[in-house]
Amino acid sequence: MADPVITSAVRVRGLTRTFGTRRVLRDVDLDIAGGEFVALLGRSGSGKSTLLRVLAGLDREVRGEVDVPGTVSVAFQQPRLLPWRRVWRNVSLGLRGVDGRAVAVKALAEVQLAGHAEAWPLTLSGGEAQRVSLARALVREPDVLLLDEPFGALDALTRLAMHALVERLWNTHRPAVLLVTHDVDEALLLADRVLVLDDGHVITEHRVDLARPRDRGSLVDLRAEVLADLGVDRETT
Amino acid sequence: MSISTTGVLARPRTADARPDPPAKKRRPPDLRRWISPVALVLLWQAASSTGVLPPDELASPVTVARAAVDLAVDGELGSAFAVSLRRVAVGFVLGAAAGLALGLLAGLSRWSETLVDPPVQMLRTLPHLGLIPLFILWFGIGEEPKIALIACGVAFPLYLNLHSGIRQTDPDLLEAARVLGYTRAERVRHVVLPSAVPQTLVGLRIALGTAWLSLIVAEQVNADAGIGHLINNAREFLRTDVVVVGLLVYALLGLTTDALVRGLERRVLRWQTR
Ligand SMILES: Nc1ncnc2c1ncn2[C@@H]1O[C@H](COP(=O)(O)OP(=O)(O)OP(=O)(O)O)[C@@H](O)[C@H]1O
Ligand SMILES: [Mg+2]
Repeated sequence: MADPVITSAVRVRGLTRTFGTRRVLRDVDLDIAGGEFVALLGRSGSGKSTLLRVLAGLDREVRGEVDVPGTVSVAFQQPRLLPWRRVWRNVSLGLRGVDGRAVAVKALAEVQLAGHAEAWPLTLSGGEAQRVSLARALVREPDVLLLDEPFGALDALTRLAMHALVERLWNTHRPAVLLVTHDVDEALLLADRVLVLDDGHVITEHRVDLARPRDRGSLVDLRAEVLADLGVDRETT
Repeated sequence: MSISTTGVLARPRTADARPDPPAKKRRPPDLRRWISPVALVLLWQAASSTGVLPPDELASPVTVARAAVDLAVDGELGSAFAVSLRRVAVGFVLGAAAGLALGLLAGLSRWSETLVDPPVQMLRTLPHLGLIPLFILWFGIGEEPKIALIACGVAFPLYLNLHSGIRQTDPDLLEAARVLGYTRAERVRHVVLPSAVPQTLVGLRIALGTAWLSLIVAEQVNADAGIGHLINNAREFLRTDVVVVGLLVYALLGLTTDALVRGLERRVLRWQTR
């Protein structure tokens, strides 16, 4: 079955994950090309985080084929910074063979936090901590960047700023991205492709062939389609 | 949109001022809190001066102060203090080394935990001060039983708190460290050990308290030198002033180490200041 030439950043075939008697992922197939931006939508409990953990190599008790040949980095829903290490150390820890401090300060500048390099993580606001977490993921120059609802806890204004930031960073570094989100608009604004996961299964896939940066007006039709896939009849926002 | 833009811009500016947390304002000490302690000492002095409190039951504050000065001047207090301090120091170092080593072992390796934890948990239910008779039988009546008693009092709280501190490490942080490519050594050094520090400091405080208590008890039972010896000697001659001086020295030592630990906590846990 294995492809002789690996062109994709992520290749998953027939992935099944069972907790006890519950099959949380059922026979999932997923391909992400190098540099592609994919958004993964789905209701709460549909198995998004489970899939992401499998791709990150944090969960190996699965059946099926999972192939992620390159380096992987993750930004979690919670920033998960080490509170006892200064911000720049959080960004650079685990890196090898580089001047950690210089690299970290540069990455922090990319998320507009250069001035906070010496700060303790607990003094950061939620949005700032999330940006540090993003810088920490990007500084590893991953081939695959996994984002698990990284903006879930942020206010609407900060989210807008973060969308622009992620788009810019993705443009600069071009990792393959899998963005897990609840937010249809977020998915459509950022992704090349939007997948909908339902009950452990990828039920649909939408291409978003629109030039970036996108404005919400051009997304109305797609939005209605995706919302229908998610089982939402009436627009709520 | 212009309104929300200024809202977005305003945030970083306030945030930029934050890396230097404003120096904590020290409240001026509330002098009123001294009223009742001073009154009590005056009352004590009055009771002694009027003969209500006979000196062979409790010496007056003035007599105690004079005794303290006398003992300090002729060097007796200094040498007794040095002997007691040395006992605590040696006992503490030995006990801390054992407690921390076993705590690390049990915390970091499942196998060691299986071997080390059950006996330690069983032994800790023994009241360690009750071990004196055995220690005297084993070690005689020299320095060893006293040091052993203090070491026991120190080892258990440090072991228990370090061990549970390590076990309480946030699994989310460990998972993140794994994804970020930390080696095992880096995970231990940057995730596991730092997260066990607060709990270990709690253990350190308890350990120091127990160390002083163990010293006092050990010195009461038998001592040919040290603060306890000073006190026991004074008792035989009904010198309640000297007894009180000895007690004050014990108290002072306890307070000093407590202040040291608090200073250490402030330094080591400065990341917790929001
Ligand atoms: N370790 C586990 N043990 C048992 N069940 C689990 C475990 N991890 C996840 N599950 C179950 O798997 C299902 C999918 O969980 P998952 O976290 O992947 O959902 P999700 O799509 O990320 O949801 P949300 O949007 O709320 O984060 C849930 O019903 C959850 O209870
Ligand atoms: Mg989730």
